[in-house]
Amino acid sequence: MQKASVSTTAPTLAHGPKTRLAWVGQGFLLILAVLALYIVVRNLIQDPVQFGQIIIGGLQLGFVYALIALGYTMVYGIVKLINFAHGDVFMVGAFVSFFSVTKFNLESWPAVVFPGLPAAVVVVIGTLTVILLSMIVCTVLAITIERVAYKPLRDAPRIAALITAIGVSFFLEYFGALKFVFTPEFIPYPSPFTVVTFYINNGIQMMVPGKPLPGHVVTFTSIFVIFIVATLLVQFLLQYLVHRTKIGIAMRATSFDKPAARLMGINVDQVISFTFAVGAAFAGLGGVLYAIAYSSIWTQLGILPGLKAFVAAVVGGIGSIPGAFVGALIMGLAENLTMGYISTPMRDAVAFTILILVLLIRPTGLFGEPEKEKA
Amino acid sequence: MLLEVQDLDVYYGAIHALQGISFNVEEGEIVSLIGANGAGKSTTLRTISGLLRPRHGSIKFRDQEITVIPAEKIVSLGISQVPEGRKIFAPLTVKENLDMGAYTRKDPVEIQQSMERVFTSFPRLKERLNQLGGTLSGGEQQMLATARGLMSHPSLLLLDEPSMGLSPILVEEIFRIIQEINAQGTSILLVEQNALMALSIAHRAYVLETGRIVLSGKASDLSQNSQVKSAYLGI
Ligand SMILES: Nc1ncnc2c1ncn2[C@@H]1O[C@H](COP(=O)(O)OP(=O)(O)OP(=O)(O)O)[C@@H](O)[C@H]1O
Ligand SMILES: [Mg+2]
Repeated sequence: MQKASVSTTAPTLAHGPKTRLAWVGQGFLLILAVLALYIVVRNLIQDPVQFGQIIIGGLQLGFVYALIALGYTMVYGIVKLINFAHGDVFMVGAFVSFFSVTKFNLESWPAVVFPGLPAAVVVVIGTLTVILLSMIVCTVLAITIERVAYKPLRDAPRIAALITAIGVSFFLEYFGALKFVFTPEFIPYPSPFTVVTFYINNGIQMMVPGKPLPGHVVTFTSIFVIFIVATLLVQFLLQYLVHRTKIGIAMRATSFDKPAARLMGINVDQVISFTFAVGAAFAGLGGVLYAIAYSSIWTQLGILPGLKAFVAAVVGGIGSIPGAFVGALIMGLAENLTMGYISTPMRDAVAFTILILVLLIRPTGLFGEPEKEKA
Repeated sequence: MLLEVQDLDVYYGAIHALQGISFNVEEGEIVSLIGANGAGKSTTLRTISGLLRPRHGSIKFRDQEITVIPAEKIVSLGISQVPEGRKIFAPLTVKENLDMGAYTRKDPVEIQQSMERVFTSFPRLKERLNQLGGTLSGGEQQMLATARGLMSHPSLLLLDEPSMGLSPILVEEIFRIIQEINAQGTSILLVEQNALMALSIAHRAYVLETGRIVLSGKASDLSQNSQVKSAYLGI
């Protein structure tokens, strides 16, 4: 879209004054990069433990973004739509798990159905059920959104669907804010399991509740570990899906050329629904993990993570699955480093500065290929 | 009758692209549709394969009305289109392109057999299985497009300008392969600008002019027809 036009118009302007301008721009960027590097390295040397802590926090944030960014990038890849409602699907994922834990005690169903099951097994199966339910609800929600709001606009100009996506996003946020839905309040989130904290001090140790930490050490929680496992699993799963399965190859074919895909017998509508479904399932997973990790939810919790995940997808090269992953980690790290070493309010500014820089320097992102004109 | 098209009217908005055309293809035939640029040849094929909907008229495939069937279902009835401009899936490998051609089929053994069969016609593809479709040469892409079209094991193959952009030697080769495919039992509806080549391998042909069929008959007769000679054969 816009980014493509930036790339195509830039070379035609690249005469005379452009070169001097480019010099100034590049010099500015260089100074910025050196400054950032200086801040990071100085702090790393001064306090490696704090640095490690910031990196862990950044990675965790990055994993959240990664789970959301996949949906953005996949949907964009197939219908060229920036699905702004995607961050709100993530929010719904968090709320569904909230209700299944507080209202239905879904996390403890194995103990009820099979009394005498070891507690650890109950926790694992119970939590997985909670996550699974959120993923399913998000999937159904996303398919419904696609069918109701986007499908009728598939042949309309892209901007129409984009505006609709923003509308759907607002709808979910403000419908959720109604008194009888999720309420507009911040709600404390009860984790379906007890989050344990580990610290690194002669290897990895588990923190005992009530006992103080042995001095200045790097800590991380079990949620962080779950994030790593979940995100990597999702990444591998997607790579497998997209390159090894028939439906995955059909997704790539459909994203490249829809009429040609139909001539192969591919049901394009189904493939598109499937793509929304997969993206939403991962957002649902991300929503639950996010809620557990940050232990408070409200109806607008999807907005900023959603936007940043979108930026992550653009940074990585929108349409590229590994790109979304790498872009998300970059975003998470950049944000947390900013929070740690500059100031908390700067985090959002830095996130969107990265977006602007990427669009200026490499509009196709790290892994993206230049958009080709189709014959 | 394998394919029977009757009084087909197709519009693009206000443009009346096909103005009541009728023709047919019998089992085992190569039928060619020739005509100048913009005559409506590709429109005809796109309507048969379901990408376009006619405003009036009927298309019967084995006596079944198919104008109401979505494109993706028409493939499994046994109609396969090799579109104009090849439309290879550039980011997919040759193998993946062929797999997509067989998308509607389930039995892996049969798919493998079809693949072996297309490799005997297009040995070059076998050497390039893992190459990306977009990096093939134009001629190789045409081979891949044709092979992909055959992977659904169609009883009717719709070919839209298979000779476009190919060197004369490759054109000969492609037409030889088309005859070969036909000899193995696939009926063919061949759209061509290269009327000379098309008429040399077709059994029958129709001449399309601005959305109307103006001439039809046996290919050998048409190639002697003075009107066809001057307008399409450049003789
Ligand atoms: N998508 C479209 N929108 C509007 N008009 C179209 C469209 N596609 C084709 N047409 C018009 O319909 C007519 C028939 O086009 P068609 O592509 O069927 O011609 P053709 O015989 O295949 O020509 P060629 O030999 O150049 O491929 C032309 O006048 C063309 O301009
Ligand atoms: Mg044409």
